[in-house]
Amino acid sequence: MPVLEILEYPDERLKQVSTPVEHFDADFQRFVDDLEETRLAGPGAVGIAAPQVGRFQRVVIVDVSKMRKPVSNHGHLVLVNPEITDWDGHAMGREGCLSVPDYTGNVIRAERIHLSAQDRHGAPIEFDMEGFEARAVQHEIDHLDGRLFLDRVVSRRSDVFRRKVYKKS
Amino acid sequence: MNDWIMLTVVGADRPGIVAALTERLFEAGAHLGEASMMRLGSSFTIMLMVKSEAPPGTLAGLLEPLARDMNLRIHVDPVEGGLHRHLEPDVRITVHGADRVGIVARVTGTLAEAGLNILDLESDVGGSVAHPIYIMVIEGQARHGIRALEQVVEPLRREGIEVVVHAVDTLIG
Ligand SMILES: [Zn+2]
Repeated sequence: MPVLEILEYPDERLKQVSTPVEHFDADFQRFVDDLEETRLAGPGAVGIAAPQVGRFQRVVIVDVSKMRKPVSNHGHLVLVNPEITDWDGHAMGREGCLSVPDYTGNVIRAERIHLSAQDRHGAPIEFDMEGFEARAVQHEIDHLDGRLFLDRVVSRRSDVFRRKVYKKS
Repeated sequence: MNDWIMLTVVGADRPGIVAALTERLFEAGAHLGEASMMRLGSSFTIMLMVKSEAPPGTLAGLLEPLARDMNLRIHVDPVEGGLHRHLEPDVRITVHGADRVGIVARVTGTLAEAGLNILDLESDVGGSVAHPIYIMVIEGQARHGIRALEQVVEPLRREGIEVVVHAVDTLIG
């Protein structure tokens, strides 16, 4: 299985919106394997999205089951045509990206999500997710919509004060 | 040979300082690197990495009219180092409490002894004039592990300083 080339910002193609997967054929299965191979070749990536390797289809891989410090997870996931149908809470965490070398920043994401998707063979799947796994899924789905975490970076200062205001209301 | 310069700018805050400064640097053919710019008190402060063909003295001269016009104090210092040398934080520590003399020294001294290397610190004073509160957010590297930091902040909590140690696990995806 080949390791695919990762598009790096400011490559304009990273802004492209990906289209739904319709054919779960042998070619697609091969692609999913190559995508996983590419994720594993990267520096400790817990997720990867198809458009990061220049294939503009709605499929991502997420696996937070092998963290140094264990987190709540659903194992190794291939998510096809993923859709977040519910959000709850928000939390700040630090993110980086295979497509953005030498930069990490703080990003606010929903703390809990409800996700519906298809597996790699097209069967419907659904999950309630939280914390790091939910964050990873949100990061990857952003790629499918042509967005990078750079669009969402916040300073710690703004976060501290924003939360204070939220609490009062 | 390294030609980065650290530019330090301080002046009474007013609209347009950043735009005027960066315009002047652009005209001088200077490249900008990492920067921290913020309002502190009623001053505006800038620490800015600049790379320029012109020697530091010449750059200082080019900025002189701007310094006069906007009443800014500008320092130009050659520095070692450059871009792409980020260190990744693995811990974030939030601190707040009633403001009192010595709170920063007490907290940072305690954390330094337990192995904290500070990469970034932002602090502020909020509350009211009568009852000021001190708020601090630190990001850094826990060289002796996060547990070591958690253990030493316990006595600080008993002194009424709220200190919370959060592990930072950077998500790469
Ligand atoms: Zn990414």
